[in-house]
Amino acid sequence: MIERNFKIWRGNSKGGDFVNYKISIDEGMVVLDALKLIQADQANDLGLRWNCKAGKCGSCSMEINGKPKLACMDRVTDYKEDSQITVRPVKTFPVIKDLVTDLSWNYEQNKRIPPFKPKPRENGAKYRMQQEDVDRVQEFRKCIECYLCQNVCHILRDQEKKNKFVGPRFMIRLASLEMHPLDTEDRIPAIKNEYGSGYCNITKCCTEVCPESIKITDNGIIPIKERVVDRFYDPVLKLFRVFSGSKK
Amino acid sequence: MIDIKELQTFEHDVIVVGAGGSGLRAAIECSVQGMSTAVVCKSLLGKAHTVMAEGGVAASLGNADARDNWKIHFRDTMRGGKFLNDWKMAEHHAKEAADRVNELEEWGAVFDRTKDGLINQRNFGGHRYPRLAHVGDRTGLEIIRTLQDYAVHRENIKVYMECTALGLLKDGERISGLIAYWRDSGEFILFKAKAVILATGGAGRAWRVTSNSWEYTGDGYALAYHAGTELINMEFTQFHPTGMVWPHSVKGILVTEGVRGDGGILLNSEKERFMFRYVPEKFAPETADTEEEGDRWLAGDKTARRPPELITRDEVARAITKEINEGRGSPHGGVFLDIATRIPAEKIKKKLPSMYHQFKVLANLDITKEPMEVGPTLHYFMGGVRVDSDTQMSRVPGLFACGECSGGMHGSNRLGGNSLSDILVFGRLAGLGAKNYVNSLSNKPNIDASQVNEIIKNATDILNRESGTNPYLIHEDLQDVMNRYVNIVRTEEELKTAILELERIKHGAAKVKAVGASQYNPGWHEALSIGNLLISAEAVTLAALMREESRGAHTRLDFPGERDEWLKYIITISKNKDGSMKIEKIERPSPPKELAEIAYAKIEELEK
Repeated sequence: MIERNFKIWRGNSKGGDFVNYKISIDEGMVVLDALKLIQADQANDLGLRWNCKAGKCGSCSMEINGKPKLACMDRVTDYKEDSQITVRPVKTFPVIKDLVTDLSWNYEQNKRIPPFKPKPRENGAKYRMQQEDVDRVQEFRKCIECYLCQNVCHILRDQEKKNKFVGPRFMIRLASLEMHPLDTEDRIPAIKNEYGSGYCNITKCCTEVCPESIKITDNGIIPIKERVVDRFYDPVLKLFRVFSGSKK
Repeated sequence: MIDIKELQTFEHDVIVVGAGGSGLRAAIECSVQGMSTAVVCKSLLGKAHTVMAEGGVAASLGNADARDNWKIHFRDTMRGGKFLNDWKMAEHHAKEAADRVNELEEWGAVFDRTKDGLINQRNFGGHRYPRLAHVGDRTGLEIIRTLQDYAVHRENIKVYMECTALGLLKDGERISGLIAYWRDSGEFILFKAKAVILATGGAGRAWRVTSNSWEYTGDGYALAYHAGTELINMEFTQFHPTGMVWPHSVKGILVTEGVRGDGGILLNSEKERFMFRYVPEKFAPETADTEEEGDRWLAGDKTARRPPELITRDEVARAITKEINEGRGSPHGGVFLDIATRIPAEKIKKKLPSMYHQFKVLANLDITKEPMEVGPTLHYFMGGVRVDSDTQMSRVPGLFACGECSGGMHGSNRLGGNSLSDILVFGRLAGLGAKNYVNSLSNKPNIDASQVNEIIKNATDILNRESGTNPYLIHEDLQDVMNRYVNIVRTEEELKTAILELERIKHGAAKVKAVGASQYNPGWHEALSIGNLLISAEAVTLAALMREESRGAHTRLDFPGERDEWLKYIITISKNKDGSMKIEKIERPSPPKELAEIAYAKIEELEK
């Protein structure tokens, strides 16, 4: 058992401040264990979200020593023994209380995206897709909606353009739909005009923080941006489409 | 007294409580049937415990082995449940699971593929053929995300997130709505409805070592119990054989059965593959005699039989417990689960990516190089609200239950993969059942203000009392009692001790105090869940004491082995008028002849 110091932001939408807590740490504990211990022993009303405690649900996103992380997958012993661990809520979304923020904006974005629209089954037969054709879509579907990528996206975090850009999470949601072998919906015009694909300037901060190691920028956003460019800015293709009437 | 006109009020045809797989599937069905539908869930949408389901969803698609069909799935399920399953429910499940999986694909789910491009299926304990449609080891996430994305685009579904149900309301005998509160503001809400579907999962948080998230506090059991339904089969709590055992802080976190399905083996401290010693008579003819035969089966040899690690969860969990108790455990009190020496590292990372990640981060262990340490963890409630096999309605008109919250389908032990199929099949049936019930009503139910006031007063008392017990400490106390006295192997003496201990805890819980205000106050939320946990724990303990035999997940050291006499009975729990818990032994109807023939058939007869 080692004593560790935690500095936790306590407050609500009107304001708040850091409060210091000292607790004994067991071998192998993660930051979420420490927070739960503080909650049970010293601060019963400490606002905190968590569910699976195994990195699979994406509920316990917060900023730990300045880094956006899942508290359930961040071992206390990874921090220097004599150092203090500072925990604060994610910055990009409004605080409700303590470490809990209002994420409802993200849920609104998902509703705006036209859902999956599969081509009909041929004579009621089973759908066939090759594994290599769905690998990329499956990569995006690993997303646990922790919204850490949304939290670090400069367009959302620093420029506060939530009305202009849906953010990395929903760019890969769009990519997973657009690259789905069975999907027939066309979202490319909306990706440019409504979801703001042009705002992303490919700094890859989103990819760096993804706990599922999804290559958000390289595999998701850039290919989607390319599809937008192909559609709207390629003169040869544009001409071809005028004559052929093809959509994608 | 609160004037109910001043309460925030919403009105829907149906309220679904819970947004895991069964809740979302039920809500979608209600919506498809044209009903105004509310989903009330404690967490954010998409965070429910279904995300933790790893291995896959069982359905006899016949993609990986064309010999599979619903009858064999049905037979496997009945044998796994030691024939205590509700026959009709098991029939619905086996017949309809494949359609529900194909439907998910139409809604956007992307399962792993076979070489021919079909949905791939993997082996799992107790399933005769590779039957589990899966996405690596994150199948639950795929299912919940698919249902979530489908549901949010339906106009007649409204989701109330971070909203907790506190109590059901009745107009006479029938359901009229429920009271809930917003977790962020602490404000109370009145939901008026014609029907309520409970899809709240189980009550695993009553144990210290559990794979369940904080949400698993038996809310649905308690809501239904207070509303006058019966709970059945509560003695059957499934201990998953493989939970993490080290580090201490992650003890109980699930290690998917998929590890064994993909070839993983269990070893004791003497490096012995001990499961060969624990194959019960019933499974012996279908289980490999040698390691060589088991390996051939894993490689796809259709003449070989399955390795013993893949018999049902109850048997494997008991065997592991025995090895540990007899001193052949691993350094941290588990046994070894080895996949590293069985399949190549790259394949492990591809097939079991989240297991690889989980052990790497949480235990500093590379599962492609070293064996894992695992031990049993409380995982699932086979018991739950007693419902009609076809409509999912309880004995309270307008009150439905589905998924883990309902009981009967899995008998005394659930097969892995049958839960993800259960939530889809019975979520849909509950939605259909609710539609038929709502259609049959001639007038709208009324709200009784005194019921509303009583529920709200009980909740606010916890905040208002001057002093009292810390809710977190009460919860820990309960977890210790259940882990110590109502664990995987039970005795009369221990169960009786548990009953006394639960009385003691109940006494303390009556004086629970939450400090702070009602805005996003986890201490208050914790305190409100204690009563639900206690009802669930007491129901399990009483039923476990009454059932004097060992069957499936319920093992009595003082009554070893299955007793044929007990196959005729199920145990029900309900609330007496004086508020005490009533326990009854009820005779089961005899099985439908055509179903009994399938369940007891020789496997060769069904493969034709």
